[in-house]
Amino acid sequence: MVDSTRETDVVVIGGGPAGLAAATAAANEGADVLLVDRNVQLGGILNQCIHDGFGLHAFGKILTGPEFADRYVREALEAGVTACTDTLVSNLSRNREIICTTSGKRSRIRAKSIVLAMGCRERTRGMIQIPGTRPAGVYTAGMAQWLTNMANIRIGQRVVILGSGDIGLIMARRLTWEGAEVSAVIEKLPYPSGLARNITQCLEDYDIPLYLSHSVSYIHGRDRVEAVTVAKVDEVGEFIRRSEFRIPCDTLLLSVGLIPENELSRQAGIQIDPATSGASVDERYMTNVEGIFSCGNVLHIHDLADWAAEEGDRAGRSAAAFALGGYRSSNAAARVPISAGDGVRYVVPQSADRSTQELLLSFRVTAPRDEATICVNAGDSSLATKKLRRAHPASMVQMSVATDHPFDESGLEVRST
Amino acid sequence: MTTRIVTCILCPNGCELEVGYQGEPSEETLHVDGNRCPKGKHYALDELLDPKRTLTTSVLVLGGEQPLISVKTATPISRALVSKARSEIQGAVARAPVAIGDVILANVAGTGVDVVVTRGTHLRHEHGK
Repeated sequence: MVDSTRETDVVVIGGGPAGLAAATAAANEGADVLLVDRNVQLGGILNQCIHDGFGLHAFGKILTGPEFADRYVREALEAGVTACTDTLVSNLSRNREIICTTSGKRSRIRAKSIVLAMGCRERTRGMIQIPGTRPAGVYTAGMAQWLTNMANIRIGQRVVILGSGDIGLIMARRLTWEGAEVSAVIEKLPYPSGLARNITQCLEDYDIPLYLSHSVSYIHGRDRVEAVTVAKVDEVGEFIRRSEFRIPCDTLLLSVGLIPENELSRQAGIQIDPATSGASVDERYMTNVEGIFSCGNVLHIHDLADWAAEEGDRAGRSAAAFALGGYRSSNAAARVPISAGDGVRYVVPQSADRSTQELLLSFRVTAPRDEATICVNAGDSSLATKKLRRAHPASMVQMSVATDHPFDESGLEVRST
Repeated sequence: MTTRIVTCILCPNGCELEVGYQGEPSEETLHVDGNRCPKGKHYALDELLDPKRTLTTSVLVLGGEQPLISVKTATPISRALVSKARSEIQGAVARAPVAIGDVILANVAGTGVDVVVTRGTHLRHEHGK
């Protein structure tokens, strides 16, 4: 049962940086755009990211998360985007219909095209299976960030952070500034997974120790966390016996990875790439379902909101073209796969039309290196190469490919050597 | 020759700067390698003489739709004064409505830098009007 039905050109699901940019771009192309978000306020996670470091790419200025969001919200509203906040999308179908709920009223929206920009969620204790008791005081880093920066709730006094992702590093400094003692950041890998600048300004500035190749092997405490046991891990991630030590604490933060939030995508039968946990898309960010596009962290995890927004802009323009009839569909035979070769973990997009003349590839390398050469090959020929001074799995790499010739039918491969 | 490794924090590249100088570090004596842009050299010198950081935090707000607004120092301030600035900001209370760019505290910790709002809030009773 739905209370009302409406139609529009483009529906964008998710009002974070990718969704805002997609909606703005589609509206600027002349499409009627409905931007749907489950929160009361647009901006997504940017609102709780009160630290600075956003916007250098998108606006040429260093902004905090809320300031960055504010600029995009203004742009979207000026472009004529209709924002539906406090609205939860519960269904997405292949024929580009959504069912959503606002204040208890359900409505159906039929769109000519849809952009998925639902973002991601954090990996939890259950997903990484830390042994021990189940006391209060174990939070994901982003949840701790929301409680601290939005809800004015003090989460703990003595904190250990597992995982060196950027949110964990930012929270190490944030909680220090709020008067808590951050005893350690523990990272399972032999290298940090956050940006180098965050290691400097969030940990080194405050003498917070970073234990690489270590993990939490046990959580202690009955009602509240009392301590964690930390131990060294070997190359395959197994704990090394007799390397354990105990750190007393009342709070454990987990910054152990993000997972694209693709429940709606799966409902609509959208193919998911196991390497990214996001949709498989073509060079215009369209999924295998005609007229449904994907961008931002729901497509693959970005390290910078600026890149998520730029991707949203591209997907939004494609979605507008599809809705307004300026979209040349490619048949399956004309599409070739784009694959991750040696030294590369994944590549987005996962396929492209053979006649594509300009292509932007986003990818990550598998291991850190001081120098790397990235090669984009089509069959036996090399389409593009790029030398990287420092290649790191924590830094997404983007590379443009331009060609006058149709791609080889075997497809493209990106390698790092 | 004194040498040091400094990670530049000005942009997400996070260049690893190899910094060398003879005697006292200065614009003239400083040699910087590994910077991918000209800002790296100034950053390295700052980092040796007086490291600067932008302080971003939150402030209690009365009568707002949310309990907190977020704020920052309008420009980076001396890292040595961050702690003093923090305690001054902690004592501040704002009154809704507050908008982005409003000055919450002038000349924080004697730095000459203002603390400005980065996320504001409407008056609570305006909600749902």
